[in-house]
Amino acid sequence: MPTLTYRDALNQALREEMQRDPDVFLMGEEVGVYQGAYKVSRGLLDEFGPMRVVDTPITELGFAGVGVGAAMVGLRPVIEFMTWNFALLAIDQLVNSAAKMRYMSGGQVGMPAVFRGPGGAALQLGAQHSQAFESYYAHIPGLKVVMPATPADAKGLLKSAIRDDNPVVFIEGEMLYNLKGDVPDGEHLVPLGQAEVKRPGGHATVICHSKTVAVALKAAEQLAGEGIEAEVVDLRTIRPLDTETILASVTKTNRCVVAEEGWPFAGVGAQVVDTIQREAFDALDAPILRVTGADVPMPYNKVLERAAKVDPAKVAAAVKQVLYLE
Amino acid sequence: MATNVVMEALSPTMEEGRLVEWKKQEGEAVAVGDVIAEVETDKAVMELVARAGGTLLKQVVTAGATVPVSQLVAVIGEPGEAVSASAAPAPKASATPAPDAQSSQPSPDRNRSESMPPAPAAPQASEPAGRPRAPGPTATPGGNGQPAPSGGRVKASPLAKRMAADRGIDLAGISGSGPEGRVVARDLAQAGARQTAAPGAARAPAPSPALAGVTGPAYTDTPLTQIRKTIAKRLSQSIGPIPTFYLTTEVDMERAWEAREALLESAKGTEGAPKVSFNDLIIKATALALRQHPACNAWWQDDRIRYWNEVHISMAVAIEDGLITPVIRHADRKSLRDISAEARDLAGRARERRLAPEEYTGGTFSISNLGMLDIDEFTAVINPPEAGILAIGRIVPKPVAHDGAVQLRRRMRITMSCDHRVIDGATGARFLQTLTGMLENPLRMVY
Repeated sequence: MPTLTYRDALNQALREEMQRDPDVFLMGEEVGVYQGAYKVSRGLLDEFGPMRVVDTPITELGFAGVGVGAAMVGLRPVIEFMTWNFALLAIDQLVNSAAKMRYMSGGQVGMPAVFRGPGGAALQLGAQHSQAFESYYAHIPGLKVVMPATPADAKGLLKSAIRDDNPVVFIEGEMLYNLKGDVPDGEHLVPLGQAEVKRPGGHATVICHSKTVAVALKAAEQLAGEGIEAEVVDLRTIRPLDTETILASVTKTNRCVVAEEGWPFAGVGAQVVDTIQREAFDALDAPILRVTGADVPMPYNKVLERAAKVDPAKVAAAVKQVLYLE
Repeated sequence: MATNVVMEALSPTMEEGRLVEWKKQEGEAVAVGDVIAEVETDKAVMELVARAGGTLLKQVVTAGATVPVSQLVAVIGEPGEAVSASAAPAPKASATPAPDAQSSQPSPDRNRSESMPPAPAAPQASEPAGRPRAPGPTATPGGNGQPAPSGGRVKASPLAKRMAADRGIDLAGISGSGPEGRVVARDLAQAGARQTAAPGAARAPAPSPALAGVTGPAYTDTPLTQIRKTIAKRLSQSIGPIPTFYLTTEVDMERAWEAREALLESAKGTEGAPKVSFNDLIIKATALALRQHPACNAWWQDDRIRYWNEVHISMAVAIEDGLITPVIRHADRKSLRDISAEARDLAGRARERRLAPEEYTGGTFSISNLGMLDIDEFTAVINPPEAGILAIGRIVPKPVAHDGAVQLRRRMRITMSCDHRVIDGATGARFLQTLTGMLENPLRMVY
């Protein structure tokens, strides 16, 4: 199986889908001539031409609206935001148009659009450019929210997102673009709404997504050295949430930690915890703990930024806590 | 420092006790374990024992008074110690100690801990409010191995609660290793073994010391099958919480009569040989029959049925103002002679109301006999959680068909009340067949 970066896996997915379906097109800032701010769209302009790889002005609300309109008339747009921080300017199109269109038209108007780009913090980009917004979109009925953590999932999930008839918010990780991994060639589809156990274990469940998957895996490796087997569950899709996989794991381990990059208040983890306490109350031997980004605007200072982020030590400490070991 | 003596719960159901007689007078020295007073509970006359040494400073109530459980009855302390200052510092009360000690009502927390008679540990003696230690300054829970707080609710994780319920373990007796004494799953791993090894008296009777060599678990808990659940639910709806049905049979007692006569004859002149009664014979036969029909030797436990591997026969004894059921333990393994002696002793002490709680709890099946009161036949009320009781009528000569002719023969009617949630008609009937067979041909008891 070829080894690809996360970035190239996304590129492969875009290329394959654009080859497969002439209705698929890519639009956003710098996607064409510059080949993408993060080079996700490298080579696509040459292969598919300016009708299908469309550079836009710096007008997030505008081109998101063009994407919504294109989807309404039957095309399958992939709208790239340079980052999800900038998509705040376009959120009206996502929440009030994309998410509502099928519902308010009684299904007469389709919305097979994908909105994608990197989310969360990178390194020292400051408070305004270091934000994880998945819980914003997961809050909205009508939107699907997908967050791959590995190159293989990036490819498989993006292809499924493009083929989905609902609007999909596809959040990548700026710090993940260089991550390498095995990626199946050709038709590799990861269904939306399916979590995956990335590492099995019997003592405690760590539920995570996107960048926190690597963090949780590192924590699990450290814990294994101490004889603690943590099971790492990667949500992959935030909405619809794969409650079945979550509950199966927690019912097995009886203890759970939920990690996420975003802020704690009304975060994705809050929803996960709600599901577990309701559906698996009798399986719990300890309160579920959450490990989240610090509840502050992201500090620019390097040391403070590190302290505000989720790291393996924090996850490992929480796992020990739910095991009553600390 | 003076110690308060409170009315203890000396039986599982006791709510108040009558202080019959003071055994220690004011000013008398008292050692730990000394009997301070005799107390009449709802079931027996019991001894109130000193939990602290010193001098009996004050008898707070007079002999003959009825006192609710956990209320102050006396104060033990150093000679000359002022009672009014030390008596009854209401454990949680913020006010100064009440000068009239009797009026102080200990808090519920305190009640709970002090009314457990044999509990060796009084962990919160130095923590008057009986409250768990406050959590540490950080959120780190830290298992610290302290026992679950004895007052109020036992803190336990949902998983631990479910495991305890599944295994029939009482969480109150488990020391929680989680934060603030929370009982968590790992605490049950050890506790399960401990509790089944040392069961409480009322919960599971201790094996009779006379019977060394009794091994294996005392009982087997069997989860309810769906059909049992349905039977239990529908029949309870029909005729009350214990859906009882009755099976009556008539037993030919001629050979039992002969056997007893022969026994009495042979024991004549033997020093101390008990006079074996028909009731003793019936107890022995019932116990042996139960061993062959464990389905009738069981407790209804709401979510499961406890099939006992030991046979402990409760025998109803009429006492002055009621009745009590002393238990003959391991009746299936005891000789007729031992059963006879034990039954006599228990019945005698039952009438004097001097039975210890463990002597009248823990039976697995009951027998009630009104034959000596000339009752032909009756139905007895089940003694829960047991699932069956036999009502024994009198032995009376009747004309019956026997060997192709009408003969006068001694007959006895037995009616078994069965808890239908546990015992089905055919199950009970087969047990009665075995029992009848033994009584009609006593050799079968040793067959």
